[in-house]
Amino acid sequence: MILIKNAQIVNSIHDKSEKTDILIVDDKIEKIGKNIEENPEKMIIIDASGKYVMPSFTDIHCHLREPGFEYKEDIKSGSRSAAAGGFTTICCMPNTNPPVDNRAMVAYIKYRAREVSPIEVLPVGAITKGLLGEELAEIGFMKDEGAIAISDDGKCVMNANLMRNALLYSKDFSIPVISHCEDTNLSEGGQINLGYVSTITGLRGIPREAESTIVARDILLAKETKAHIHITHVSTKESVELIKMAKEWGVNVTADTCPHYISLTEEEVLGFNTNAKVNPPLRTREDVEALIEGLKEGVIDCISTDHAPHHKDEKNVEFNLAASGTIGFETAFSVLLTYLVEKNRFDIGKIVELLNHNPRKIIGLSPNVIEEGKKANLVIVDLKKRWEVKEENIVSKSKNSAFLGKILTSYVETVIHNGKILKKDGVLNC
Amino acid sequence: MKHLLGLKELSKEDIIKILNLAKDMKTILKSETKKTPHLQGYSVVTLFYENSTRTRTSFELAAKFMSANTTSISVQTSSVQKGESLLDTVKTLEALKTDVLIVRHSVSGVPHFIAKNCSFSVINAGDGMNEHPTQALLDMFTIRERLGTIEKLKIAIIGDILHSRVARSNIWGLSKFDNQITVFGPQTLIPPYIENFAKVASSLEEAVSGKDVVIDLRIQLERQKRGFITSKQEYYKFYGLNEDIMRYISGSTMIMHPGPVNRGVEISSEVMQLPNSTIEEQVTNGIAVRMAVLYLCTRKEGIYR
Repeated sequence: MILIKNAQIVNSIHDKSEKTDILIVDDKIEKIGKNIEENPEKMIIIDASGKYVMPSFTDIHCHLREPGFEYKEDIKSGSRSAAAGGFTTICCMPNTNPPVDNRAMVAYIKYRAREVSPIEVLPVGAITKGLLGEELAEIGFMKDEGAIAISDDGKCVMNANLMRNALLYSKDFSIPVISHCEDTNLSEGGQINLGYVSTITGLRGIPREAESTIVARDILLAKETKAHIHITHVSTKESVELIKMAKEWGVNVTADTCPHYISLTEEEVLGFNTNAKVNPPLRTREDVEALIEGLKEGVIDCISTDHAPHHKDEKNVEFNLAASGTIGFETAFSVLLTYLVEKNRFDIGKIVELLNHNPRKIIGLSPNVIEEGKKANLVIVDLKKRWEVKEENIVSKSKNSAFLGKILTSYVETVIHNGKILKKDGVLNC
Repeated sequence: MKHLLGLKELSKEDIIKILNLAKDMKTILKSETKKTPHLQGYSVVTLFYENSTRTRTSFELAAKFMSANTTSISVQTSSVQKGESLLDTVKTLEALKTDVLIVRHSVSGVPHFIAKNCSFSVINAGDGMNEHPTQALLDMFTIRERLGTIEKLKIAIIGDILHSRVARSNIWGLSKFDNQITVFGPQTLIPPYIENFAKVASSLEEAVSGKDVVIDLRIQLERQKRGFITSKQEYYKFYGLNEDIMRYISGSTMIMHPGPVNRGVEISSEVMQLPNSTIEEQVTNGIAVRMAVLYLCTRKEGIYR
């Protein structure tokens, strides 16, 4: 039994409680109310005075690197990193080696996750066999085995006819198609955003149209096929405008962006900082503002981390050889608080929508809610704690955070998943 | 000054210091023996990942004239061919007691990467599209020698601005001295936001008219296939410094080119031979500037280490 004392619960934008107690018995929330009787012999008592209690988070886009790249991350280490950041459901992308493009691989991820993961891991299957963009993968079999979406993430399905077929076919299985929008003819050889910083550093630029032209294409394909397209890691103002227009047309489109795109700009790359090399690249202040407005208006539905672990040796190299990506689980919540809530762009309740309700809805799951009778999946967060992102404090096997050295406000202090304490008072127990 | 990575981060005072010292070094170049003991006992290594004749030879001669022990690593015959990483090459050079590494690489930022990972001095001899600081310094030296100043001048840079590390270093360096800089080239070769740093001319005539200095850039012919330019002939007609365009250039305007020159593409042989042209002078001045840079990189506040 766990008793959380003096909790202020935030279930959504419109649902904030007075200070109350939460009693957890086994995996469920047994009772919510004032002055629940304490029994220190039978209960673990957690004092949440001055802190918020929120439903735990769901990430619909991350990379766990198993199988094939376990030196960067594996299902166990990635899940622990996610738990440390307050995520208790995560969807891992299929660009492993071998890729998750068939039912056996989906089954493997599910099996490994049951064995080693303290949280729920949901596999995303590939759109095309071998992620080669040539033939559709067995989408139905993968769905049967437990895949919750399909994506060739890391690569764009450049063949528009194949993408159209993927959208049509996915409808039979009610599975969203997650699109990595990148016209590789436009982005070829590019390292960072094409703009001010590419001009002053001489690093090759990726034009913003590399993303937005494919966003436009996929929206049009989804409009005609009436399939569910999910545009992932949106980074440009034009993409936000296109998605807004598509929603107004009634297209079945959803979208996410990542903490780094709503907080950092291309200027992070100055000084040739490879930890700030991500794909799509960090853009401009104008894009950051457009993404925040997009989140505010509901054009962008949710936040994903695109947790992309890489080994130090893959980052401490020449800029063009450096792998793209930043880890993200452990900083996501604090980044949203620091850059959005602290700056009065959002209410704390909006974070619950962005990290819980909306991502879960996109993949067909009901939201985690802190209510009597529901599963005890929640986090306790301290909004006042300030901390510096340092390599030595990172749980993930990889330390390639674009936020290294940054001071963030707020911290995920305690994490409970299905009634089990995974993290308590900042210490990971899983 | 431990490293010379670029002119973007170098102060105006440091640039003047280098140019003044280069003037002294040029007197050594003019002497019969061309030998000084300034770098005696120092180990200077050149590591060029791109082909180069003039820059590499210029650096090597500069180091040799100052009595350094010099070594050239040819990437084509080095461990790089066995798959050795740049980081490991750097660590090896450190273990081999290198004092100064002169590096050229096709990737922007490589000298910065090396400087972060080594204890020796690093001199950037050209990195990708980023900077070629000694080329800009020798350009500035040549301008000052000819015109008596590097301040408040009207300077045009013509050609492939997008890919040119020479253009960037010249813009960063010359901008520190209150010069008016104009750039011109095909729209495909003009990088975004360059208008923050230089005026973008709308024609070659406009670009060169009334200028004190015209710096013409080299075109890499392989860019033709990537859709940046259409043909050598068309480039010469619309963007080349030929006899027609000389009508807009006065007799006192300096015409510069970092070389090697594509004759009949960027510039005509006739224009190259005009008294305004300083192309050969630039090469000689390059040695003096590189001697000055080597000297400063091996000194702590001007005192022998």
